[in-house]
Amino acid sequence: MGHDHDHDHDQDQDQDHSDVPPPLALRVKALQSVLAAKSIVSEATVDRIVDAYEHRIGPHLGAGVIARAWIDPAFRERLLADGTEAARDHGIRGLDPGVRLVVVENTADVHNVVVCTLCSCYPLQLLGMPPVWYKSAPYRSRVVQDPRGVLAEFGTDVDDDVEVRVWDSNSEVRYLVLPERPAGTDELDEAALAALVGRNAMVGVEHVLPPADPPPAP
Amino acid sequence: MTAGAAAPPPDLPVALPGDEDGPVFEEAWQAEAVALTVGLVGAGVFTWADWTAALSAAIAAAQAAGDPDLGDTYYEHWVTALEALCGRTGVAVDAEVDRHADAWRAAYLRTPHGRPVVLDPHDVEVGTRGSFRPPDAHG
Repeated sequence: MGHDHDHDHDQDQDQDHSDVPPPLALRVKALQSVLAAKSIVSEATVDRIVDAYEHRIGPHLGAGVIARAWIDPAFRERLLADGTEAARDHGIRGLDPGVRLVVVENTADVHNVVVCTLCSCYPLQLLGMPPVWYKSAPYRSRVVQDPRGVLAEFGTDVDDDVEVRVWDSNSEVRYLVLPERPAGTDELDEAALAALVGRNAMVGVEHVLPPADPPPAP
Repeated sequence: MTAGAAAPPPDLPVALPGDEDGPVFEEAWQAEAVALTVGLVGAGVFTWADWTAALSAAIAAAQAAGDPDLGDTYYEHWVTALEALCGRTGVAVDAEVDRHADAWRAAYLRTPHGRPVVLDPHDVEVGTRGSFRPPDAHG
């Protein structure tokens, strides 16, 4: 960096070999092969975990939990009392028993928002990978200082008489917002309800909106 | 030590970047770094509490060094934290990682385009420049 002429001493474009990955990628490859050589973490394990995170785990899992809570009052009670246990019962896999899942319910009086101010703790098993904004320093600090302002930037109106609660995640507790069920969805079944529930609603920065089009007549 | 037969992925207590439509890794190494971390916790090398502390420290250090920490450097912090914990626990110290990185670089440079790049154990055992004496050579 910083040379005023870009002298490439690895003049190798015309050579037939594979491109060496950038430094960080190479470090990760090296870590991976050290750990595999020592039989600490095998290549197969890495492949399996990557596949799970890329293809199996996503917000649809959390949405299924939310939709069931909307239509099954007993499940809702259990979910609010012990989120980890209820989510496991619902079929969410891989929940760490050492980390509590706390489900916080939005009501006419309370709107909940989740953050991790320290790093970016998140209920990945229910929501998959979070968006870049969730772990950015501006969100992490501003949602604590000015939650209504941040919500407004998401286009989310919360009435002045509604209390906004901000929940700070950590390595022992993760939070999931149980959003309010939108009006006009009485006819929808669990799957149709789940399709309405987006990730941002389960983090608490958006509401769940009613379906754009009315459901087809029976 | 456990190897291949780990449990399903645990609920990762830390966030990973994604786009508006859901889980996305921008590059394979990011996914691999996450998977290694999950695998190391699964193998009992360190705990998620250890990880949270290491990642927080890496982020704080980067911010102190001028990183605005807008999310785009997140996986750099992740790898920094991962290397630090691997070194501290002794499962992969810097010298070993350096040696394997050199071996991978050599493997890429000798592999024709389009062919799978395979690490030759020989590269790691004796070093690519003939100057390395492995601390624990056998066979």
